Amino acid sequence: MASALEICGLTVAYGRTEAVSGIDIVVPKGRVVCLIGANGAGKTSTMRAISGLLRPRAGTIRLDGQDITGLPPHVIAGMGLIQVPEGRQIFAELTVAENLALGAWLVSDRAEIARRQEAILARFPRLRERLAQLAGSMSGGEQQMLALGRALMADPQILLLDEPSMGLAPLFVDEIFTIIQSLKNEGTTILLVEQNASAALEVADDAYVIETGRIVLHGPAATLAEDPAVAAAYLGG
Amino acid sequence: MLAQQLVNGVLLGATYALFALGFTLMFGVLRVINLTYGFYFSAGAFLSLALTRQLGLGIWAALPLAAIGAGIMAVGIDWLLLTRLRRRATAELDSLMVTLGGVLALYSAMTAWLGPDIRRLPPGLVSADSFVIAGVRITTAQILILGATLLLVALLLALMRGTRLGLAIRAMAEKPDAAGLMGINTARASALVSFISGCLGGAGGVLIGLNFNAIHPYMGETMMLRGFVVIIVGGLGDIRGALIAGVALGVIEVLTAGYISSGLKEAVAFAILVAVLWTRPQGLFGRAVMRRA
Repeated sequence: MASALEICGLTVAYGRTEAVSGIDIVVPKGRVVCLIGANGAGKTSTMRAISGLLRPRAGTIRLDGQDITGLPPHVIAGMGLIQVPEGRQIFAELTVAENLALGAWLVSDRAEIARRQEAILARFPRLRERLAQLAGSMSGGEQQMLALGRALMADPQILLLDEPSMGLAPLFVDEIFTIIQSLKNEGTTILLVEQNASAALEVADDAYVIETGRIVLHGPAATLAEDPAVAAAYLGG
Repeated sequence: MLAQQLVNGVLLGATYALFALGFTLMFGVLRVINLTYGFYFSAGAFLSLALTRQLGLGIWAALPLAAIGAGIMAVGIDWLLLTRLRRRATAELDSLMVTLGGVLALYSAMTAWLGPDIRRLPPGLVSADSFVIAGVRITTAQILILGATLLLVALLLALMRGTRLGLAIRAMAEKPDAAGLMGINTARASALVSFISGCLGGAGGVLIGLNFNAIHPYMGETMMLRGFVVIIVGGLGDIRGALIAGVALGVIEVLTAGYISSGLKEAVAFAILVAVLWTRPQGLFGRAVMRRA
């Protein structure tokens, strides 16, 4: 099967400290792959390296077979890899509508932008009522909806979600995973990083477990969900 | 008498506001304390001098050309000094030191090349006529200064508020990484902000040169002190705050010079700065590190 994203020997370091040490991850087209691990295991560093926010120390990252290692973030975004960063990173001082418009920054066709915004507002009806409101005035869950909506405005080839459920009330966590499931059903390729391992393994096709910067396990998500070691470490016993 | 002082103060303050706008934009969007900014003020003034004296251009041609020239210098100097610092964790302190060194080198080079003397714009560049409205005298130069300032401020606000590019700049000011993830070329947008800032600084230099008819290499240095007062009182990165604080500073300086002593006008400006920092460190109008357009 063709892979949308292929990471080979990726190493990310801050000064002398290696956050990620030579990991391999493959995300096949149309699949959801999750990367689970504890806080500080190297998940976010991996994500930031893929989207170009961090320059990897070593390794290659291929998007649809094309080497994107070390390219700047705006070029990678232009190639269809869109990241929803950790902590949402919405533009709090701009309105909801302006945030969505920025998601479609690379699209110049106004009619197409309007069509996408309509589709996203249909998916997230809460955002419609809040279009003119400053994004920072919304609740955490609503901000996460906006971060997802903003990413979808770019019509991504592959979507990277970094801890989409972090800090959200349980009701919103369910809603976020329902949305990820529906994106999956529509054929969106997703790389998902999560601390909420049980929910992530439920929605994912394949899974990788990262510990102190190394991949210690990988395989079909259903198999990993049954693995006693994974259960003990990440699924609360 | 008071009405005349107020009018003079507002007009002087308008140029302070214009100058401070470029400074607050540079600080608010690019997140660096760029001390080279004052140099673009001097550079703009000298460019207008060369354009009017050597090429014989009128002020309406010399003003935009000098502003654009200063903007191009800002892009070049910013790129040279700051590109490699921007990603560092200590970017704000590093940029302070690097641009302090840079600007001293630039002023010295300029003084060595052009001499320290005060230069004057060609006589008759602006008509010496003045108008008296309700007992207040307004010179042609003052009308020109006010018109140019209002035009530039309107252009800046239209760009920031009314265009997609302005939206991208505001997004970058708030979260540069997230802006990059949206596909915004942050390096190019930063260069554009440097250019706009340099243009505003340069235009300020031309207008102050016109107002006092005195141009010398270090004129930007004394202006920077006022720039700091305006952007701190107005709130860092706050366009509206810079406008209000700039005009207020001009009025206060003129009133101090008129009613107390002209030697005290800087002292009063700094007393205000200290008082604001004690009581409202976030500026009079904004939140801390606000980036409001």
